[in-house]
Amino acid sequence: MKDEGGRRKAAVSWRRTRGLTDTPFHYCPGCSHGVIHRLVAEVLDELGVLEKTVGICPVGCAVFAYNYFNCDMIEAAHGRAPAVATGVKRVLPDRVVFTYQGDGDLAAIGTAEIVHAAARSERFTTIFVNNAVYGMTGGQMAPTTLLGQKTTTTPAGREVSVAGFPLKVAELMATLDGAVYVARVSVHSPKHILQAKRAIREAFKVQLDGLGFALVEVLSACPTNWGLAPPDALRWVEEKMIPVYPLGKFKVPEEIS
Amino acid sequence: MARVAAVTGNEAVAEALRQINPDVCAAYPITPQTELMQRFAAFVSNGKVDTELILVESEHSAMSACIGAAAAGGRVATATCGPGLALMWEMLYVASGMRLPIVMAVVNRSLSAPLNIHGDHSDAMGARDSGWIQLWSENAQEAYDNTIQAFRIAENMNIRLPAMVCMDGFIISHSIGRIEYLEDEPVRSFVGEYQPLNPLLDLDNPKSYGPLILTDQYHEYKRAQHEVMTRVKDVVLAVAAEFEKVSGRRYGLFESYRLDDAEIGLVILNSAAGTAKDVVDSFRERGIRAGLLKPRLFRPFPYEEVAQALKGLKAVAVLDRADSFGGYGPVFMEVCSALYPLAERPVVINKIYGLGGRDFLPQHAEEVLAELEEIARTGKVRVAKEYIGVRE
Ligand SMILES: Cc1ncc(C[n+]2csc(CCOP(=O)(O)OP(=O)(O)O)c2C)c(N)n1
Ligand code: SF4
Repeated sequence: MKDEGGRRKAAVSWRRTRGLTDTPFHYCPGCSHGVIHRLVAEVLDELGVLEKTVGICPVGCAVFAYNYFNCDMIEAAHGRAPAVATGVKRVLPDRVVFTYQGDGDLAAIGTAEIVHAAARSERFTTIFVNNAVYGMTGGQMAPTTLLGQKTTTTPAGREVSVAGFPLKVAELMATLDGAVYVARVSVHSPKHILQAKRAIREAFKVQLDGLGFALVEVLSACPTNWGLAPPDALRWVEEKMIPVYPLGKFKVPEEIS
Repeated sequence: MARVAAVTGNEAVAEALRQINPDVCAAYPITPQTELMQRFAAFVSNGKVDTELILVESEHSAMSACIGAAAAGGRVATATCGPGLALMWEMLYVASGMRLPIVMAVVNRSLSAPLNIHGDHSDAMGARDSGWIQLWSENAQEAYDNTIQAFRIAENMNIRLPAMVCMDGFIISHSIGRIEYLEDEPVRSFVGEYQPLNPLLDLDNPKSYGPLILTDQYHEYKRAQHEVMTRVKDVVLAVAAEFEKVSGRRYGLFESYRLDDAEIGLVILNSAAGTAKDVVDSFRERGIRAGLLKPRLFRPFPYEEVAQALKGLKAVAVLDRADSFGGYGPVFMEVCSALYPLAERPVVINKIYGLGGRDFLPQHAEEVLAELEEIARTGKVRVAKEYIGVRE
């Protein structure tokens, strides 16, 4: 390949996705939010929909997602992203709309919104980041916290008798007729990252085909609040989280399977 | 015997809650309150209190759980701030309408949008009309002392109303200051055994809470809420007098600082009052008769007492860390209502400062006092309401 001046040009084998801006992530070392951002951004770019995408940011560590995604973004109040997304999508039905939410945002304060958006089969995509704690506020127990897991509000470990059981969002959502695509993935190894990307792509395809509500739950490391070094945190996802939150596709519409 | 410590405001209130040992706390984390309940969670885990701590899924549920626990006959406390308090709004009215003496620490934070986690008073001012008693605190010591007193005020058999204790987010909640703690025993005997009133499951006297009351009685019910509020002031003073005996610290409905012979004065809540008092001192040193009034009991508002305290002044500036957009700041409106019945009253102006945690600096108090001097001399007001400390 030659450039205009006739000089030999190196072939471009890899390019940073246009789906992300140049702003450096503020996430802690070893946090999976950055990887998940990149996957969503790459999918939007590869599907060629970046110019017509609107994202809804959560309140949580991903509160600054509007600085990173290279598309229009709205900041929702804590837990309300699915309701805001509903409003956006109803006015702009031909655009791509997604929410990006943590487990405090989606599975605690915003459980009603996500369940009802799914029940109405709103045509947007939700990326649900499950890191088993409230990250941003400093590692308190979330509904997704594992039994026995130590958090700042359960310093002796989560105990069933006072704090109940972990909430399994993918399984819960799969019971809703309106949720047409539901998958749980993880990003703790390269193989899993590739699988996660495929699921995210499918979830956006479901939206582009107008099939209904799609959700991808992504198991995510929070080394800071788990008190683990980044490699140990990835191992913790594999050894502790996956047994409680099994990976897989819970629902896939025939049209894309 | 006092224990002197260096602690944050959040730590001080958590310590008060440890000493009081409530039956139930239901809470949801939110910056800058989170640390308070987190410290309390450690007390629960370490067996330092017997409290049932319920980690609910939102503030709306937190207050709902508090309502259930209080109606069931428990002593109940919680804490929140900013958007969390806003989300509780529906339940705040339920708690006061049911006359449940829940005590809540409010670590004042701004409201969205734009999103901001820093301190201002928009949250508690938004809850002004909810029927809760409001005590405001300049520093960690006052937040600690007010928390202890709030239980006695709220639980008084002639009152039975929920109470919120406010302190400035970050400025007080997260900065370390000197505090004198009381020993556990005096605090426990000061707040006393909890006396439930009309608890559920009293089989001889079955109860219903919060039934449907339409046009026939609702109006009368609300008048009763108004009337009980008029009794709060005396209880606040009586509790303060008793608290002084245990602690040596004196509290009133508000703090009057060098007001007696003052010509000009500031009215200002919470932490900024501390900054402003230093500036008042420096004006006094220059022979200028400046003073300050720092409200403590904001709901119910002590109109007559505030009018008496300010009536001799020539010019007063009310500084609000919240705005009622299209109106005046909330403290300003109360001070004007207090002064209006007087035949002769000071000129009053309103300054809005410190929204979303913008620093309130001595220089801001100096500028306002200088403007008041000018007003006192000429009687001319340049502008009735104005934002100060604005970056242009
Ligand atoms: C109404 C309301 N309540 C509480 C908060 C405080 N808050 C901010 S982020 C957060 C939890 C975030 O956790 P999660 O959604 O799991 O996201 P992560 O930070 O772990 O990515 C909470 C409780 C808030 N902003 N608004
Ligand atoms: S606190 Fe946890 S979730 Fe938040 S950025 Fe750090 S590692 Fe990620």
